[in-house]
Amino acid sequence: MRSTRRVDAALDLLVIPLLNGLASGLLLFMLSAGLTLIFGLMGVLNFAHAGFYLLGAYLGHSLAAAAGFGVALVAAPALAAGLGAVFERQVLRRAGRDGHMPQLLVTFGLWTVMVEAVALVWGRSPLPAQAPALLQGAAFTLLSSGDSGWRLVWGSAPADACAAAATACLQFPRTRLAIIAVALLMLLALAALWRGTRVGLVIQAALTHPAMTQALGHDVPRLFTAVFAAGCALAALAGVMAGVTFGTTLAMGDIGALVFAVVVIGGLGSITGALAASLAVGLLHTLPLAVDASLADLLASVGWSPPAAPALRPLLRLSPAQLAPVLPFALLVAMLVLRPRGLLGRRET
Amino acid sequence: MTGAANHGSPSRVGAPPSARARDATTVLIGIAAALALLLAPQVASSGLGLTLLSHVGVAIIACLAYNLLFGEGGMVSFGHAIYSGIGAYLAIHTLAQAWPGAASVPVVWVPLVGGAAGWALAAVLGWVTTRRAGTPFAMITLGLGELVWALALMLPEFSGGEQGVAANRVRASGLPGVTFGPALEVYYLIAAYCLACTWALHAFTRTPLGRALNAVRDDPVRAEFTGYSARHVRWLALMVSGFFSGVAGALGAIHTEIVTPEVFGTARSGAYLLFVLMGGSTLFFGPVVGAVLMVWSQMVWSQWTPAWLLYLGLAFIVTLLAFPGGLAALAASGWRLACGGQLAARAGPWLALCGTAAVAMAGGAAIVEMLYQRQFGAALGSEVRFLGVMLDVRRADAWIGAAWVALTGAVLFELCRRHGTARECADG
Repeated sequence: MRSTRRVDAALDLLVIPLLNGLASGLLLFMLSAGLTLIFGLMGVLNFAHAGFYLLGAYLGHSLAAAAGFGVALVAAPALAAGLGAVFERQVLRRAGRDGHMPQLLVTFGLWTVMVEAVALVWGRSPLPAQAPALLQGAAFTLLSSGDSGWRLVWGSAPADACAAAATACLQFPRTRLAIIAVALLMLLALAALWRGTRVGLVIQAALTHPAMTQALGHDVPRLFTAVFAAGCALAALAGVMAGVTFGTTLAMGDIGALVFAVVVIGGLGSITGALAASLAVGLLHTLPLAVDASLADLLASVGWSPPAAPALRPLLRLSPAQLAPVLPFALLVAMLVLRPRGLLGRRET
Repeated sequence: MTGAANHGSPSRVGAPPSARARDATTVLIGIAAALALLLAPQVASSGLGLTLLSHVGVAIIACLAYNLLFGEGGMVSFGHAIYSGIGAYLAIHTLAQAWPGAASVPVVWVPLVGGAAGWALAAVLGWVTTRRAGTPFAMITLGLGELVWALALMLPEFSGGEQGVAANRVRASGLPGVTFGPALEVYYLIAAYCLACTWALHAFTRTPLGRALNAVRDDPVRAEFTGYSARHVRWLALMVSGFFSGVAGALGAIHTEIVTPEVFGTARSGAYLLFVLMGGSTLFFGPVVGAVLMVWSQMVWSQWTPAWLLYLGLAFIVTLLAFPGGLAALAASGWRLACGGQLAARAGPWLALCGTAAVAMAGGAAIVEMLYQRQFGAALGSEVRFLGVMLDVRRADAWIGAAWVALTGAVLFELCRRHGTARECADG
């Protein structure tokens, strides 16, 4: 009896972090799906992908203020797609005459320019998150009272109910639920496009046999432009959603390294792998924040007292919450050692 | 999987010089470089001049070490600062006598401690990263760079946290009569190491391993068929590069006497890549040009305009598209044309292109400067000084004028380019 109650308590402490992890994982997927598809099709690693995410967030912020959030949700990705298409045709294709490495380098240059250009237009200070009325407040509230387990209330719970709940009153914001919803819609749309349409079929053909697809009369270079633009649009969409959730800052661009880690962990060019890796990294990034103990405590709780070498002591003093930002990269290294092609990658490229 | 360096490699005009003549030229260049390093403080004797020269010396070693991977090995690293960073930290801890026995290491040999640290880190991490070159290598090095940077911030015992670690370089120097107190003495230490490292890295490109590295860059499959393990060659090259990066980091630490976790930062890694490519990765001395450019940009140019990073990114893209060999290859092809007596014939169109591009860039830069003034400098007034002209961001004529100059330059540039292309086609 008592043990089940403890499990309940642990569970309601975990539900919100799990959902946060899911939201951040799906946000990562919106970025990594485009990146890995562009890489699989064109062999180009788009270093500026996070730049389009950044640009989308800032464009979304301005458009939402001027014309409403609904317009921003459509127009910001469209503008990013247009910019991506122009860049692909005018610059990337020209750089591609000498192989893929100059293309990677030119996207690195674009990334530098984009961050500075965004700072130039919108300034360096962070812009506050401005969620539309529909997305403000809590989607649901978890009420936990010591004896009767936990109870779910849609929307924000009334203050008296919150006060009545003995132990905890946990809210899950609507913006994060919206991220989950948008990402799942995008996933469904991608799957439908992939399996159900002619375009999806041609993309799949071009992924493995670009020359043969071209010979069959499909315009593969135009397909490249379209996929590049679509990837940029998805990144910008993720940016708009992240902007209303976490606020719009230049530091959003730092997600780039994390997305690269996701794409390598999932296997370069594999969309399913990107999904799995995004969720894993999203959880790795957020779940440890819920643990309040040091590594030494954790090791002690499983009955192993580590050797007290003075060089190791600073490492053991760290808490999982402090380690959370590096865990994805640690997973990246572990994956490279154990399985270099990534979770679901087919080839060792 | 083509290396970054083998595209746009200049085609040689005339017969290649004999090996003996080339050796003699190299020795002459070495002597000239040594003299230049020796006499440079006489020319730039101010405090700032000496600081800049010291930074250039450190940057030359770092950029040459980076280019060992980038140009010679075709491996694009986005996290190379971790090797110079670990060298810097080990050096500063040695100076601060943080580990037992550190006191017995004279300051002259501290750069070698940094080099050993860079080498050891490269040996460990290289085992993971060098499995593949190309894009995967680039992504993995980016991830590792983030990992090491974040770990450094997490371990203040090692990195000193945000403030970093400071130390005093004035102690047992290892040389009679030298204390390394005056900046001039530190400059000569850096110059000596710079010369030695440049010689060693140049010699490395001629060793069998250096040649094997070129082979692995150009065609890993064929290199494997001749009996080289591509991965092993890359790994060894990364260790050599890590050693010299560590030496550079340690020299920087001795010079500034403080090391912060920023030495591991992605900004520094990115700077190595940007400036080595713009200086020129296809020629051995290209990174030297890049290093000078790097120090000049970071310490002088950045004082002139807050928009320097924007210009830098644009210049990088233009370099990649227009002359991927960088400034050094551009200068080399100009030199070869001059030797062939063709410079006069080509100079006209070239100067026209450069002149019109300069006009277009001046117009564009004026607009950018006014934008920056409006966005960040509003508190300092509405006027911005650009190329000796005062521009008022509140007046429309300033904007129209700048746009007019930019547009005129761009149109003229395009006309010159078409004219030049047409003539080249007519010439065959």
